[in-house]
Amino acid sequence: MANLRDVRRRIRSVRNIQKTTRAMKFVSASKLKRAQDRVVAARPYANRMLAVLNSLISRVENRDHALLQRRGSGQILLVIITGDKGLCGAFNSNIIKAATVFLNQKAGAELSLAAVGRKGYDFFKRRPYEIRAQYINIMGKLAYEEAKRIADFLIQQYSALALDEVYIVYNEFKSVIQQRVTVERLLPIGEIEGLREQVAPRLDYIYEQEPQTIFSHLLPRHVDVQVYRAMLESAASEHGARMTAMDAATTNAKDMIERLTLNMNRIRQASITKEIIEIVSGANALAGK
Amino acid sequence: MPVLPDQITLEIVTPERLLFSGAVDEVSVPGVEGYLGILPGHAPLLSELKIGEVMYRQEDTRTYLFCSWGFLEVLPDRVSVLAEIAERAEDIDVTRAQAARERAEKRLKSKDPETDFQRARTALERALARLQVASKASPRGLAAGEG
Repeated sequence: MANLRDVRRRIRSVRNIQKTTRAMKFVSASKLKRAQDRVVAARPYANRMLAVLNSLISRVENRDHALLQRRGSGQILLVIITGDKGLCGAFNSNIIKAATVFLNQKAGAELSLAAVGRKGYDFFKRRPYEIRAQYINIMGKLAYEEAKRIADFLIQQYSALALDEVYIVYNEFKSVIQQRVTVERLLPIGEIEGLREQVAPRLDYIYEQEPQTIFSHLLPRHVDVQVYRAMLESAASEHGARMTAMDAATTNAKDMIERLTLNMNRIRQASITKEIIEIVSGANALAGK
Repeated sequence: MPVLPDQITLEIVTPERLLFSGAVDEVSVPGVEGYLGILPGHAPLLSELKIGEVMYRQEDTRTYLFCSWGFLEVLPDRVSVLAEIAERAEDIDVTRAQAARERAEKRLKSKDPETDFQRARTALERALARLQVASKASPRGLAAGEG
């Protein structure tokens, strides 16, 4: 039977872990709130941009902009967005799994990666894929500038014909307890989606420049916005996942403490009973004389 | 003939947030072909913006903002300024802008063939525009500090 002191020590350590997981849960909850606010705050820009692109696309005759051109899928790059830290349930491993499946599907092509977040980088640096770029520790304070830097790199590689297609895999924020792993194509830009029905009243703008010029300047920015959005979604998902995982860990710790306490009391009682028996039988032995 | 509205709804949006939304009497923005002034009742217009100063007027108060690349969309009922970077005059970090200006000037003067002049020039332009806008910051911030 386990020693009383060992059980006590065990309870104390579980209680300490519980304190940590509970604190992490609260930290994630407040970070999640901020991340969600950012997702919402980023929407107006993205929506207006899409609306303008949509209204331009119908007006531009020459649509063979490099970022729209399809030229096969010989060289593919996958952008993998994970977190920098663990302790968030299956958040990172789901992404890595989806990325692996994707890479296996496209095995015929020349594959390379860009890792956003340490977890994805750590996993794939030991795998036989070329990692063309890594962005570590930027998920914490997520500025648009960072997204732009990533998008600029992708566009530059794409324009230099070093890439034919660029995909991105990230966790889309569904709700606090639910994330959806999403794979999207960034380049070449496919259908410019969304808001199509809202643009219904077509306006005859006065154009300060050629629609063509504005259009070709807007396309790269569209990629920036896509990358930024994916990063925001992923950040919100990560905090949500961590919050859920830490909540579960706190509950588990509570159960464990209860079980251990029960166990401890049994041991304590058993030892008391044993002592009483010893005393009583000792007294009996003396009385018998 | 329709009556022209008195005011226009202006939205200033950056990728990170909505910076301003409200009714204004006049807007001026740095279009690529030169500054554009928009008054209520303007025809629909689309233009790219370059580095410069965005101003909007509500009655007699003018508010200035710094803006880097972006675009302007004028619709019958509203004006949207979508700026990649936009900062209110009060929020501009003057010391940082000054440092950026000195750095860019030094780089432009250097004889090093490796220097990316295009980039240095853009940086300089940006720093100068920031400083110019910052100098027009409304004294509101100061007044609040004194009160």
